[in-house]
Amino acid sequence: MLKQWINDKSGFYMEKTLKDFKPGESGVVAKIGGAGQIRRRIFDMGITPNTEIVMRKVAPLGDPIEVTVRGYQLSLRKSEAELVVMKAGGDSK
Amino acid sequence: MRIALAGNPNSGKTTLFNVLTGSTAHVGNWPGVTVDRKEGVHKRGGEKISIIDLPGIYSLSPYSPEEVVARNFILEESPEAIINIVDATNIERNLYLTTQLLESDVPVVVALNMTDMAEKNNIRIDTKLLEKELGVPVVPISALLKQGLDKLMDAAVKAAGEKRKGVSVISEGKYADALSKIEEVAREEKLSHPKFKAVKLLEGDDKGIDVSDAAKAKIAEIKKGVRLPAEFEGDFEATVANERYDIVGGRYSKAVKRAKNSEKLTGSDKIDRILTSRLFGLPIFFVLMFLVFHVTFGEDLFFLSSLGLSEEGILSPGVWMLEQTGVFIDWISGFATAGLNAVSAPEWCHGLIVDGVLAGVGAVLSFMPQILLLFLFLSIMEDSGYMARAAFLMDRILRRFGLSGKAFMPLLMCFGCLVPAIMGSRTLENDRERKLMIMLAPFFSCGAKLPIWGMFAMALFPENADLLVFAIYMIGIITAVIAAIILKYTILRGEASPFIMELPPYHMPLIKNVVLNLWEKLKGYVYRAATIIAGATVVIWFLSNFSFSLDLVESASKESMLGFFGTHLQFLFEPLGWASGDIGWKAVVAALTGLIAKEMVVSTMGVLYDPGVEGDALEDETASSALALSIIAVFSPLAAISYMAFNLLSVPCMAAVATAHSELRSAKWTWTTIAFWIGTAWVVSFLIFQVGSLFGLGTEMVNPTPGQIEAAAQIAPAEPAPDAPVVAE
Repeated sequence: MLKQWINDKSGFYMEKTLKDFKPGESGVVAKIGGAGQIRRRIFDMGITPNTEIVMRKVAPLGDPIEVTVRGYQLSLRKSEAELVVMKAGGDSK
Repeated sequence: MRIALAGNPNSGKTTLFNVLTGSTAHVGNWPGVTVDRKEGVHKRGGEKISIIDLPGIYSLSPYSPEEVVARNFILEESPEAIINIVDATNIERNLYLTTQLLESDVPVVVALNMTDMAEKNNIRIDTKLLEKELGVPVVPISALLKQGLDKLMDAAVKAAGEKRKGVSVISEGKYADALSKIEEVAREEKLSHPKFKAVKLLEGDDKGIDVSDAAKAKIAEIKKGVRLPAEFEGDFEATVANERYDIVGGRYSKAVKRAKNSEKLTGSDKIDRILTSRLFGLPIFFVLMFLVFHVTFGEDLFFLSSLGLSEEGILSPGVWMLEQTGVFIDWISGFATAGLNAVSAPEWCHGLIVDGVLAGVGAVLSFMPQILLLFLFLSIMEDSGYMARAAFLMDRILRRFGLSGKAFMPLLMCFGCLVPAIMGSRTLENDRERKLMIMLAPFFSCGAKLPIWGMFAMALFPENADLLVFAIYMIGIITAVIAAIILKYTILRGEASPFIMELPPYHMPLIKNVVLNLWEKLKGYVYRAATIIAGATVVIWFLSNFSFSLDLVESASKESMLGFFGTHLQFLFEPLGWASGDIGWKAVVAALTGLIAKEMVVSTMGVLYDPGVEGDALEDETASSALALSIIAVFSPLAAISYMAFNLLSVPCMAAVATAHSELRSAKWTWTTIAFWIGTAWVVSFLIFQVGSLFGLGTEMVNPTPGQIEAAAQIAPAEPAPDAPVVAE
């Protein structure tokens, strides 16, 4: 509870997700949240733990985003990108 | 011999299918779902091989209808072989599907497509090594340049003659033990494709797999003994997917040499930078959309006339073709009339053929050029890769209404014609979204409704015609927004489908693909025109020209069957403000004919309100002024708006209903949709009239302007008027 609260207020404990990435930033996937169809779809499209992802751009209206994964371009909504937890210490280019 | 074509979307599968089968393709439907089933014949020497094009998929998961269809076909209909097309420029994700196909017992041949493009991108693939790693033949091809196709078919035919047992990459990894135990259970259960089904059972996916309860318990026991890494939180499905990618990435990539991170942008990347840029992305999109509509529906191409660059201006290709079709249909009718006169056919026969069948088919065919143009642009956008970007740009707006970005194009097309728009709903990913899009479709005022707005604008709002038309469009859009939200929380509840979508590289659209696509759509439309729509027109012709005693009466008059329905249904529409009084039934009848086709509303009103002015004569300005006077006498401005709202929102036309039915694939949903359209139309008209009356807005009848009276007076008095004009009342 407390952890959740601190999380929401400050982002202190928050794991960094793909949603928080800035265009140009890259990182490695730690784990995938969610369940069912959405989770399976993320895996099917090649976003799996230890995969490198480059954040490319945000759509003009602020959502969805475009990333490069396994050599191709993929778009996903921020609500879906939020399920992709990234490893700490991703390099910013 | 039957060979199935399987592969990722955008892997060149359609191109390969088209070059293999030429123009023999036959498009049908997979049972129970709205997924195209394409089948064609490949001629090889004297042999005819049937090629089945499975839907483009990334995986064989149990979630999307495309994936389920592909999976069922492979497992249950056991084709002799599968050709798995693999995009060499994107080999990792493509091989992920290959690993799943290899688990079935069906012989597989891998067609490695676009190797030339891959080499350009510095990706080198050792075909021999890849063949060894996969254990099935790998044939490099170029579907685009028609290279390697003979070798591919040789390999496929050879493979089809041999027996094959499924293999799984999972057997090479950490869960090999559990998999082999489950496979044992699967063999005990005498399942076909035991390897494939064992992997699915390990994943916990038992869709279409019948196993006994005892076996289920055994499998649960086996899975209990498996320890999954913490990051998968006990999710076997995710674990198996991860294993596949790990092994594809680790083992098979030995055969793929990629030049280390060439940072150079490809041409496609450069185009994309502009087309989806923060600043220019949306303006470019809207300009392109405008051009599509302008070229299809514009009366004054590139505004040459308005800008004073050309006296007359020129018609857009769409309108020009529409007019030519009209001329052609008139010629046919004239020909038929002459023929019928020559054999002195009875009047009813003449009416049936010329006013019924020919008019009906003609009305449908006359829209065909514009529908084809819309489809042409649509398939160019689809084939070039821009469609995915359009969805990327528009997703944010549409998501609020329970739709994804992909719904934007079909919805926009509704402003032109509902038939191609509803056919376009197929590009949407889930069933719920498809239904939602179809149910909202008529609320976007289509081209055929414009004459109605024009007629009322001229009669009642001559000063503010543009404002009125704008208001009608807004009523439609606002209704669509509210209806979408209501539907989202009532009959179309459900999870939003994921919007995890590949953005394929841009490429020049292939003329052959575009033409074949257009040809398929055209066939579908003509078939519908020839059957349902023409049938409906004949029925309406019959109802409006005959009384119940089967006497020929004046078209749509009170004595006709249609008039009978109009007078007896009148009470239902009285609360809407335009159906009360002695002549209220006329508006009802006109609205009823509008359910068949919106073009009929104005012509029916012409007949009913002012005998002597009908059909094409309404295009004559003075003639329509006479109708305007009648309308002024009958409708208050508020009643007119309520009436227009009803026509806007109710059943659009028989063509749209027929199209919606073939997309919804269920009588129950078709009737629900029809009821929803009529219900919405009634409620909105009711609210407009009642709320308006409460505040006394527009309830006063207006007086015709001197200009209108003068224009009407110019009508040749020689026109015989059987009844006194309504104006006199």
